[in-house]
Amino acid sequence: MDVEAIVSNLPLYLEGLWITVQLVVLALAAGLVLSVPIAIAAASHNPLVYALPKTYIYFFRGTPLLVQMFIIYYGFAQFQAVQESFLWPVLKEAYWCALIAFTLNTAGYTSEILRGAIRQTAFGEIEAAKACGMSAALVYRRIILPSAFRRALPAYGNEVIFMLHGSAVAGVITIVDLFGAARIVNSRHFVPFESFITAGVFYLCLTFMIIWAFKRLEKRWFAYLRPREE
Amino acid sequence: MHEFLTSLFSGVLDGYLYPFILEGMLLTIELALLSLVLALALGMLTAVAKLSQSFAARTVAGIYTTVIRGVPDLVLMFIIFFGGQLLVNNFGAWLLEVSDEAMGWEYIEISEFVAGVFTIGVVFGAYMGETFRGGILAVSRGEIEAGHAYGMTRAQVFFRITFPAAVRHALPGFGNNWLVLAKATALVSIIGLEDMVFRAAQAGGTVRKPFTFYLAVALLYLVITAVSDVGLRWLNKRYSVGVRSA
Repeated sequence: MDVEAIVSNLPLYLEGLWITVQLVVLALAAGLVLSVPIAIAAASHNPLVYALPKTYIYFFRGTPLLVQMFIIYYGFAQFQAVQESFLWPVLKEAYWCALIAFTLNTAGYTSEILRGAIRQTAFGEIEAAKACGMSAALVYRRIILPSAFRRALPAYGNEVIFMLHGSAVAGVITIVDLFGAARIVNSRHFVPFESFITAGVFYLCLTFMIIWAFKRLEKRWFAYLRPREE
Repeated sequence: MHEFLTSLFSGVLDGYLYPFILEGMLLTIELALLSLVLALALGMLTAVAKLSQSFAARTVAGIYTTVIRGVPDLVLMFIIFFGGQLLVNNFGAWLLEVSDEAMGWEYIEISEFVAGVFTIGVVFGAYMGETFRGGILAVSRGEIEAGHAYGMTRAQVFFRITFPAAVRHALPGFGNNWLVLAKATALVSIIGLEDMVFRAAQAGGTVRKPFTFYLAVALLYLVITAVSDVGLRWLNKRYSVGVRSA
C-alpha cells in the first residue's frame, strides 16, 4: 500500500474533484432547463409535435455517452465549416465538448422521466383546471408541471447519480477530472489499486451526498403524503 | 456468406463497415452477452443473500451493491484491469515462494476481454441483484403460502411459484439493466479492446472521417437497442400470460 503517492497527490485529486463537480452541476442545470420544453413536446398527442423530441430522446438514451462525447470532440473537426466557424474556439476545448455532451445526454434522460410524469397527471386535475377557465399554458404552469416535477423526483435522483458516474469518461479526453487525476497518479507512480480506489472513494462520497440530498428533498416535497405525526 | 456481405456493404463507410466495424460489433455483442450471464448469476446470488436469514450474507451483499452502485463503472474497470493484474501476479509469486515453486505462476497477463467481461458482469450483478430482490418481494405472500399448504418443499415452492412470478415483476428492471449494460460495453475500448468504438476510432482516423464513423457506431448501438426492445417485449408477453389488463 503506497500511501505516500496518494497523500502527495491529494491536491491533484482535489482539483479533479472540483472539475468533476463543475461538469456535473453545470450539465445537470443546463440539461434540466433543456428537458422541460422537450418533455412537454414529447408528451403531446400530435405526431408532428412529438416526432422530433422523441427521436432526440431515443438517440441520446440509446447510444453510449462515450460515443456521444467522441462525436462532439473528435467528430466535428471533420468539417472544414465547423473549424472555420465562430464555434471552433469552444469545440476544440475538451472541457466544453464534454460539457456539451453531458448536457445533451442528461437532457435526453431527464426529458423521458418528465414526459412519463407529465403523462401520469390525473386527468381530473386537468379537467378541473380547464373548468376554472385556465388557459393551456396556465394549466401547465400551475397544475401539470408542479405535480410532474414531484413525481419525477425519485427517478431524477437516479439520473443525477448516473450523470456523476458517466462524467468519468471526461478523463478519457485529457480532462483532469477525478478519474483523469487517478490516471495521472497511476502513470506517475504505477499504483493502480491506490490511485483508482482513491478516486472511487471520492465518487462514493459524492454519491452518498446526492442520495442524502434527494432523501431530504423527497421528505419535503412529499410531506403531504406522510402519515400525520401525533 | 462472406462474399455476399462484402459485396453488399462494399463502399459503405469506405469499405470499413464490413468486415472491420461489424467484427467489432460482434465483439461488443459477445462481450455484452457473456457479461449478462455473469451479471445474472451474481444478481441471483445477491438477491438470495439479501433476503436470507443470515446476517453475514446480508451484510456482504449489502456492501457489494452499495459500493458497486456508488462508483463509476469506468473506475471499477480500471481497478480490476490494472489492479487485478497486479493482484493475480503478486498472489502467484507469493504461492511460488511459500510452496517452494511447487505451486504458483511466474506472470499471467489478464486479457482485456476477460477484464471487460468480469468488470461489467460484477457491476451489473449489483444492479440485477436489486432488481431480482424487488421481483421476489413482489410475489404475493398468499401464493407462496398456498404452495407450502400443498406440501411442496421449499425448493419446489421457489422454482414452481416464486421464480416464475418474480421473473414477471423483475422483467422491466431487467430490460433497463440490459440496455444500460449494452451501452456500458463501449468503455472497454478505453482499455484497448477492439470493440466497435475502438474500430471506429481507428478507421475514422485513417480516412479522416471521425464524425461519420462515430455516428455509424451510434446507429449500430441503436440497432442493438431496437432488437433488444423487440425481444424484451416478447419476453414480457410470455411471462404475463396469466395477467389481465385493460
